Amino acid sequence: MSSETKQILTTDGIPLEISLKKAERKNKIKAFLLVAPLLLFLIITYIFPIGEMFTRSIDDKMITNMLPKTFKSMETWDGKELPSEEVFASFLSDFKILVDKKEHGKLAQRLNKEKNGFNTITKKLFRQVKRNKIDETQSIKEQIMKVHKRWRNVEYWQAIKRTAPPYTSAKYLKAMDMYLNEDNKITQVSEDRRIHRILWLRTVEVAFFVTVFCFLMGYPIAHLLATLPMKYSNLLMICVLLPFWTSLLVRTASWMILLQQQGVVNDFFVMIGLVADDNRPEMMYNKVGTYVAMTQILLPFMVLPLYSVMKTISPSLMRAGKSLGGTPFVAFWKVYFPLTIPGIGAGCLLVFILAIGYYITPALVGGASGTLISNQIAYHMKTTLDWSFASAMGLMLLGGVLVIYWLYNKLVGVDNIKLG
Amino acid sequence: MALPKYTETRYRIWHYFYIAICTFVFIFLIAPLFVIFPLSFNAEEFLVFSEGMKNLDPDAFSLRWYKDMVYGTKNPWGLAAKNSFIIAIFATLGSVILGTVAALGLSSRHMPFKGIIMATLISPMIVPLIISGVAIFFFMAKAGLAATHTGIVLAHIILGTPFVVITVTATLSGFDHSVTRAAASLGSNPVNTFMKVTLPLILPGVISGGLFAFVTSFDEVVVVLFLAGLENTTIPIQMWTGLREQLSPTILAVATCLIVLSTLILISAELLRRRSERLRGINR
Repeated sequence: MSSETKQILTTDGIPLEISLKKAERKNKIKAFLLVAPLLLFLIITYIFPIGEMFTRSIDDKMITNMLPKTFKSMETWDGKELPSEEVFASFLSDFKILVDKKEHGKLAQRLNKEKNGFNTITKKLFRQVKRNKIDETQSIKEQIMKVHKRWRNVEYWQAIKRTAPPYTSAKYLKAMDMYLNEDNKITQVSEDRRIHRILWLRTVEVAFFVTVFCFLMGYPIAHLLATLPMKYSNLLMICVLLPFWTSLLVRTASWMILLQQQGVVNDFFVMIGLVADDNRPEMMYNKVGTYVAMTQILLPFMVLPLYSVMKTISPSLMRAGKSLGGTPFVAFWKVYFPLTIPGIGAGCLLVFILAIGYYITPALVGGASGTLISNQIAYHMKTTLDWSFASAMGLMLLGGVLVIYWLYNKLVGVDNIKLG
Repeated sequence: MALPKYTETRYRIWHYFYIAICTFVFIFLIAPLFVIFPLSFNAEEFLVFSEGMKNLDPDAFSLRWYKDMVYGTKNPWGLAAKNSFIIAIFATLGSVILGTVAALGLSSRHMPFKGIIMATLISPMIVPLIISGVAIFFFMAKAGLAATHTGIVLAHIILGTPFVVITVTATLSGFDHSVTRAAASLGSNPVNTFMKVTLPLILPGVISGGLFAFVTSFDEVVVVLFLAGLENTTIPIQMWTGLREQLSPTILAVATCLIVLSTLILISAELLRRRSERLRGINR
């Protein structure tokens, strides 16, 4: 608005522009207040805890707080020769405090993770301290070195120094089967101990193939549902919706019954003569079971978005394609298929994201080869109680999902996700 | 889907092939649910069709496992069912209230930062369940709510609200806002307007969101496995332990009941969807 035009005033003498802005702000606050309760609730109970997973996964403060003096005096140590008397003295004083607090066991455990062999020598040192065998008027360095020969080995002191920083990337490296070696270089663990990488690959592989199978099976039936007259398609839609609403565990249970060796599927194969009665194939507790059950369970998530997109495509488009000289196949490929891409994107995204975090079905029908990364997370949460490792793996998985989600948003747009 | 008479043979073949594939997929989708039905009436202890069942011998069928489900001495199904319903009902109420109110704010055109807030609100649906489980467990453990009903209800509210937010915002997208303005101009206060005008119109969306939230809570096992103690066992937890340890036919009886329940929910959801479309003026 140029300064020359006369300002329009409202009845109470305030310029209209300001008055409108005020009303706008009031409306904004009103709308925000409606969202606020849920937003706050989610931030407190959900978003913050996910952030906490991150701090937990890199947290290494425990040992930093256990050996404060040692790390302080180690700052000047070059890490090549054995440390000076001062370092030994401060280590002993830290250690005595830990013994008083009965926390020396935790220290031994943590150090042992850094380098094997700490357990024994910490115990030995503990006994000496307990019996007051260490005379503080004489050289503490000499006395500690006498406790066990490993205390004379500079590698152990280097290991202690490595634990000084309050943060560590060790859990993330461990999830990739790697670790930091003595020279602070990222190293791979020996080949026979690389378990996590197999799990990551298997998780991605299962999610990918389940998505492909769902697409191959979902596309034809979504097309049929969208093109059939309403009275038939409504009836067939029940076949899609009933499994969708049925408990996941019920569906998993029914696959366990169908796929077992004396199960219906095997009975059927024997009946049509595909396999011999005494040579029934094992279909459960391996990848076949995982693929079959997961495909059936996730198929509705592929069909529903596809259907809602196909429903909006006018049949006259195909007719136009054909009338312009295209064979049915060409008309389908050049006209119909491109129009369904938003549905394909939404369906594949949903199925892939659901499959990649899958846990229950693979654990029940997958056997040993059905263990996926989620099972590993649950295992560390519930059994080993290594929560920081579980958090690290969880966040890596989440990172992967977010990248996929971001890609999808770039390519197709999120607004296409529809329910039911 | 009758083919026109002039269809060439190869397209005719292709068409029948397509129908065959579709038939196979529909059977693949629905058949597993029907296997459970007859087997749950099995008189024997094995989870296979006995010879008697194949010959439709009435003696081969019994209600034994249903009786076991209800009266069985060591069976935890009673407690589990009670817990499941209590938790699901409260979680649904919480999700519906929080989600509907939030959806009202979100569909206002004055809402600031709409994109990022919407993303936050529906994030529990996108984040893999196992990660949600870990995060929620950390919160509940800190708040002293692990192994309590309250903790599980709160967890299920987190997981259920995205469905309510999505269905209600979808319903509101076709909502004619002039009716609320008309109510306001006639002297109604906002709360009254909501109860008397807005709510009745968006009710189908609210209820179908609530059904999603109910099913989510009722069927949820990953997060509950982290949170539940012995007292808070739910039907999914019992099924999970049952399927892992001893696959008894009682589980099939429970499963049959659950299928009946989901059929009822499906029917109500479908009726609501149609009503909602009618109210929103979508004619098909």
